[in-house]
Amino acid sequence: MIDDVIANFAQRLRSIWRRPRIDLPLFGALLLLMVVGLATLYSASDLDRGQVISQALRFVLGLMLMFAIARIPPLTLRNWTPWLYAGSVILLVVVVVLGEGRGANRWLDLRVVRFQPSELLKLTMPMMVAWYLNGRPLPPGWTTLGVVGWLIAIPAALIAKQPDLGTALLIAASGVFGVFLSGLAWWRIGFLAGAFAAAVPVGWHFLHDYQKNRVLTLLNPEADPLGNGWHIIQSKIAVGSGGLWGKGWHHGTQSRLEFLPEHTTDFIFSVFAEEWGLIGVLLLLSLYVFIVARCLWIATQAKDTYARLLAGAISMALFVYVMVNGGMITGMLPVVGVPLPLVSYGGTSAVSLLAGFGVLMSIHAHRKTVAA
Amino acid sequence: MREARQEAALFRRRVLAGFLIIVVSLIALAVRFSVLQVQQHDEFSARSEANRVLTRPLAPARGLIYDRNGVLLAENLAAFRLEVTPEQVHDMNGMLAALAQVGPISDDDIARFDALRKGKHSYQGVPLRLKLSEEEIARFSVNRWRFPGVEVVPYLTRAYPLGAEFAHTVGYVGRIDTEDLARLDKGDYAATSHIGKTGIERYYEDRLHGEVGYEQVEVNADHRPLRVLPGRVAPKPGENLTLTIDSHLQQVAEAAFEGRAGAAVAIDPRNGEILAMVSVPSFDPNPFVNGIASADYAALLAAPDKPLLNRVIRGGYAPGSAVKPFVGLGGLELGLRKPEDTVLSTGEFHIPGQSRAYRDDVRGGQGRVDLVQAIARSVNTYFYSLAFEMGIDRFSDFMGRFGFGKPTGVDLVGEGGGVLPSREWKRGRFNQTWYPGETVIAGIGQGYWVVTPMQLANAVATLADRGVPHTPHLLRAVQSDLNGKAITVPPAPALPTVIGNADHWLPIEQGMIAVIASGTARGLNEGFPYVIAGKTGTAERYSRTTEEWTSISASPIERHQVMFEAFTPADDARIAVIVALEAGRSGSHDAAPIVRKILDAWLPGDQERQSGARSATTAAAANTPVPSP
Repeated sequence: MIDDVIANFAQRLRSIWRRPRIDLPLFGALLLLMVVGLATLYSASDLDRGQVISQALRFVLGLMLMFAIARIPPLTLRNWTPWLYAGSVILLVVVVVLGEGRGANRWLDLRVVRFQPSELLKLTMPMMVAWYLNGRPLPPGWTTLGVVGWLIAIPAALIAKQPDLGTALLIAASGVFGVFLSGLAWWRIGFLAGAFAAAVPVGWHFLHDYQKNRVLTLLNPEADPLGNGWHIIQSKIAVGSGGLWGKGWHHGTQSRLEFLPEHTTDFIFSVFAEEWGLIGVLLLLSLYVFIVARCLWIATQAKDTYARLLAGAISMALFVYVMVNGGMITGMLPVVGVPLPLVSYGGTSAVSLLAGFGVLMSIHAHRKTVAA
Repeated sequence: MREARQEAALFRRRVLAGFLIIVVSLIALAVRFSVLQVQQHDEFSARSEANRVLTRPLAPARGLIYDRNGVLLAENLAAFRLEVTPEQVHDMNGMLAALAQVGPISDDDIARFDALRKGKHSYQGVPLRLKLSEEEIARFSVNRWRFPGVEVVPYLTRAYPLGAEFAHTVGYVGRIDTEDLARLDKGDYAATSHIGKTGIERYYEDRLHGEVGYEQVEVNADHRPLRVLPGRVAPKPGENLTLTIDSHLQQVAEAAFEGRAGAAVAIDPRNGEILAMVSVPSFDPNPFVNGIASADYAALLAAPDKPLLNRVIRGGYAPGSAVKPFVGLGGLELGLRKPEDTVLSTGEFHIPGQSRAYRDDVRGGQGRVDLVQAIARSVNTYFYSLAFEMGIDRFSDFMGRFGFGKPTGVDLVGEGGGVLPSREWKRGRFNQTWYPGETVIAGIGQGYWVVTPMQLANAVATLADRGVPHTPHLLRAVQSDLNGKAITVPPAPALPTVIGNADHWLPIEQGMIAVIASGTARGLNEGFPYVIAGKTGTAERYSRTTEEWTSISASPIERHQVMFEAFTPADDARIAVIVALEAGRSGSHDAAPIVRKILDAWLPGDQERQSGARSATTAAAANTPVPSP
């Protein structure tokens, strides 16, 4: 019985291997990134094997999901898209109505697993935007833009209400990238950017006090050294003291001595920068650039609009995570809880990222099939 | 097709544009990193070194709790605990085993130690055993050289000198658990290990806790403190609270129960101050402070008479005849009865056209009675017919004025609201319509009606103050500055009386005085200088049709849930008392004597205050200068 299962499984594995649905350069880069992530986590957690193993298990889970999604043709994904999108928005509403969480209602407890429905939107948002634009004449006009605007704004508003402004902006960005890539005229882009800039001062009034504080703290972290400014100051000290060559693996005093908060999750990049120095940072950023570039190349090879826009939006969103996290730990951007892709400790983010790469792998594998 | 190719070309251009943006942004990020890591490296390196200075939070001393006469109810005692720094111990299990040879280390201690260790770093001390005895301190001190990394550390621990008597009032503090962590500010509690779990300790946690302080400590590379730097911000101790409780009265009340399960509340009807609140049986809160042994806790949970239940605010009792004065007042207020109207008690009351009999306590009835007699002799028929005429809607509306059916708002956490029967309540609870027969029995405080002792005491106090409600409360004064004086908490703004016509109050008072002068509780005032107004309440614990009733019917002393309510002096009440017993023969036989003991304990203090107030008035009058013509 069990032998059968194992044999079956092994055969499936072999078939995956023989007819790879994956892009090997991208897969290799991801594996390298995960190894870097685990090594950094091992140091940042003060050599806590338990955390490293649990993170590795999440990677395994995420990779399995990636392989599974890679076998689904983009056409099927496209057909599922409206349902997936509607489902994830409904889950968001459920969370808003009866969710639970520490001060913020983000988690949905399904007894077996607890997860944040906002993670689902990281995938279903670009999918929906791509799905909608796929059926519209491109480049999009104002009508199309209006509809897409609502598709983006509804889930973003629900997430912002949780309140999780950072994630709301990132998810909105992934939708906006889809629109950008669809060839929206530059003058329209300029117009929208101007309108957005004008709306920022209005939006400021709707921010929670702690969110305002984070922005204000960014401007002058030293004003509140025991409160909000602590994260920024300590992170900058960690990064700056790393110097060109770094202090060496597990020699970063900042994190080991507990000065740096959240040093296995949102601030793990600071630990990396402290221990590996500017050289390490540049190498890591190059790795991300390679991954993003490879993903964008996959996007250009796709044959239909849906696959193109989806692949492009996912790739650019990935870059935004890196940029926002890097900006946060160097004191360029406010402290928002955005993990460094595949390096920060945390399950949902790793799994949802790898699912996104699964979509890219699928688009890559099916690039030769012309969709209707 | 051409369009598709154009579209693909447009997409490629956009991807290129997007990639350019990405590269430019990442270059900006890389520049930012190089500014920090190369240009400002020296500065941050220096600050990283300076980061050997650690900001250490200092726990504030928790505010003390006193009774109204300054008797200490909750204090902070200097104690010693055994702390282990895991980093310095090579073989933890071996060390613990060896340590157990020196002094007692229980499995509970080790389990708690392991749990605490998980949340801390190996260089931080973790408490292993709290509240060491003198002998333990001595034994550990002698053997200290054998145990590197194990130290005896002084700390402040909460203690409740009066123990069980105040467990349900003052409550207790316990270790902060995950549930607490969710609702408190981590910064404020950075150095605090305990938090109010129940009672006053929980309700006034914010006042009692105080504000955290900080000190700067220089540490070496292994994070061990070297010296404390100047610039210490002292923690601000919590506020000292003075309660309205008179601990003497509380002790007398508790003793008067002689261990029988029940509750008593004494309130000053003029302002809602709770003078005593007793829930019997109780428990010693002290073991909870440093973590009660699981076996002891299980025993408390399993005890049949539920010592952990705060009966005063969470106990549910059928009020029985204790509600009759309120029902009678409702009859006057709604214009259904005049005081002199009489009702004939024949021993049975029937709803017109129905055969079911609602019985009087006296077989054959008590003849023709007016309102005063009906209260004095607790004549059911009078109130059956009155409630029936009133109808459930007007009935529950009127009773709601006295706070039945909702929490009183006393300053304790977890107060229950009881049940005031009403059409809406029944529909919400059972999704059934209301039957007129249920109104009839509500008239004598039976049926669905459930009160908490605090609710009944609040209602009686409201009645005693001629219908003026005062939210019952326990906090009397707050001392926020150690050198300052305790500042009395200002009374809540006065509310208007709930009695429409002040004349309606008098017959009720007379009826309640007659209860003691000639009625169901006669003789209770023997030798007492003030006029007492009161009312018994005796409710059947079990329905007559159930097995429990038959099985215990042989022992009438256990058959009833009994109550007594009283206030005195009747026309100028300064105390209102209610006593509820879960098992007894009757309200007059079992509950009334406890009320009398409480009143006797209260009397000397009241007489003293009265004579003091009188002489003060006389003195003030004598000193008033005569206006010169």
